[in-house]
Amino acid sequence: MKPSLNIPHTSNHGDSQTMPEGLQVFETQNTRNPSEIVFNDDDLAKIEEFKRRYPNQEAAVMPTLWLAQEKFGWLSQESIELVADTLNMPHADVFGVASFYTMYFKKPKGKLHVAVCTNISCQLCGGYEIYNFIRQTFGLENGEVTGDGKLSLEEAECLGSCGTAPVAQINNGDYMENLTLEKFKAFLKDKGIL
Amino acid sequence: MQTGFETYKPMILNGTPDLHQIEVYEAEGGYEDLKKALQIPRSELVESVKKSGLRGRGGAGFSTGMKWSFIGKDKPRYLIVNGDESEPGSFKDRQIFEFNPHLLIEGCLITAYALEIKTCYIYIRGEYAKWIRIVEDALADSRKKGLVGKTLPGSDFSVEIYVHKGAGAYICGEESALMNSIEGKRAYPRLKPPFPAVVGLWGKPTIINNVETITNIPLIVRLGAENYAKIGAPDHPGPMLYGLSGHINKPGIYELPSGMLISDLIYKIGGGIPDGKKLKAVIPGGSSMPILRADMIDGVTMNAESLKKAGTSIGTAGMIIMDEDTDIVEAVARLTHFYHHESCGQCTPCREGTGWIEMIYQKFLRDEAEPRDIDLLLSICKQMEMRTICALADGAAWPVRFSIERFREEYEKHCKKPESPGWNYKMRAVSGV
Repeated sequence: MKPSLNIPHTSNHGDSQTMPEGLQVFETQNTRNPSEIVFNDDDLAKIEEFKRRYPNQEAAVMPTLWLAQEKFGWLSQESIELVADTLNMPHADVFGVASFYTMYFKKPKGKLHVAVCTNISCQLCGGYEIYNFIRQTFGLENGEVTGDGKLSLEEAECLGSCGTAPVAQINNGDYMENLTLEKFKAFLKDKGIL
Repeated sequence: MQTGFETYKPMILNGTPDLHQIEVYEAEGGYEDLKKALQIPRSELVESVKKSGLRGRGGAGFSTGMKWSFIGKDKPRYLIVNGDESEPGSFKDRQIFEFNPHLLIEGCLITAYALEIKTCYIYIRGEYAKWIRIVEDALADSRKKGLVGKTLPGSDFSVEIYVHKGAGAYICGEESALMNSIEGKRAYPRLKPPFPAVVGLWGKPTIINNVETITNIPLIVRLGAENYAKIGAPDHPGPMLYGLSGHINKPGIYELPSGMLISDLIYKIGGGIPDGKKLKAVIPGGSSMPILRADMIDGVTMNAESLKKAGTSIGTAGMIIMDEDTDIVEAVARLTHFYHHESCGQCTPCREGTGWIEMIYQKFLRDEAEPRDIDLLLSICKQMEMRTICALADGAAWPVRFSIERFREEYEKHCKKPESPGWNYKMRAVSGV
């Protein structure tokens, strides 16, 4: 069967990449009480280790943002300010870094965050079948979360797994390779989503 | 030029089970090349890498030895191993992280010794969470064995290696953007010159090599520059990790001598195209490289010279294969979305151009384009190529330019039919896109 290459029409025409997508970021509510957004001693020890890797501590910002995201689930304004204060950096600089990279979540994601690769090799091998299945079944578009917060969808750019296309990445972690619609449906059923 | 690939024995991905464990790696003669290299004077090592003819495997194909010899006198110096690997169609570095991380570490140690570098960063894209774990485990093992971070056996030299985890940005594969990313800034490419070898990370001399390039360094020490240079094509020697993806029966990464015939890779190695379909197009080295029509690959081999003659380039040797039923416009449209998404926004021609190109492609996908839109695309390409700080704009323009040049009839198929209303654009004062 020939995989469908049907591409959903994107709506971000003319959006310039320098437009701070972040301005919307702060509209979403925090899932945590701001007083809970703190680093404990273990975290601070890890951050000290990050700082030792580089000649100046500003460079520790990426690993520290990762640490904050893994701990708090996503990077709220409070988390970003916490990282900045911990590293003695201006808040705006840290926000600038966080907003540049797609894997730093500036909005809360679903409990299960599925990033389906639809770039060329996955496209040729049926990546859109899986992407469009999620769009149609759950009414999600790129970057959206379901109302119950269980699932979020992302159209990923090349995940570097072209030999085992199509591929999806789950929660910024492991890959599901050589995907088929059946396999993916079984996975969602297993997670209690479908 | 075709070397006996049937008898070639892989050296980087040699298939030994559990090679990522340091005990297995050492039993296979691992870290012996490092010991050998430490006995060789530094200048001789650089000279032999130059003589080996090794060319960077990350896309640009620049001579590695030459790059090394440009390193500035200032200290400290830094080594960066570029494992950002985000070019669609490329997935070779991942195999090295997974199956032979110690060869990479050994290559880092030899390179650092040769260039008097005490700190090395391996930059791995954030999506490769699993492979970052493997490399970090391998580094920890190597540290326990007294190699990484310790005085190297038989010398007074020590090298520290760190993994820096990216966070999802294609532009970080560009070497100067990568440096900004390590420094904790937004990953905007820097103007060149000055080149990183002179003014790099934190303003210090920095050598940036691809993961695959670095794994070739121990092989050069092992075989000697002369023997290494005999592998594969003389202008582009050495083992090469070819990627096959898209419409192919046996996709994957294959280690073979450089200079393989594209047709051999597709039909003998990759097992041909599924369902016995015919070939329509090949992109030979990752999505930015010019696309080839099926009738253009006769006798073309995977080395710089031959591909240049055929009107394309080797890139990362990650081949994307498309069968006869592929709609080239749909495929390239997906790439235009990718480049628009990944443009860092620093230079106007790229930031705006990639957006306009994507928008026009959407028109083709709705079959609403007009014939003049094809030329409009070409004119946007012309305003992007060579007009920006880094090569992303060229990478974004080439798939468009060359797919139009080589598959124009496909674009015409997506244009409005003459009988449909509004086709006669000459009757309109302004035709918005």
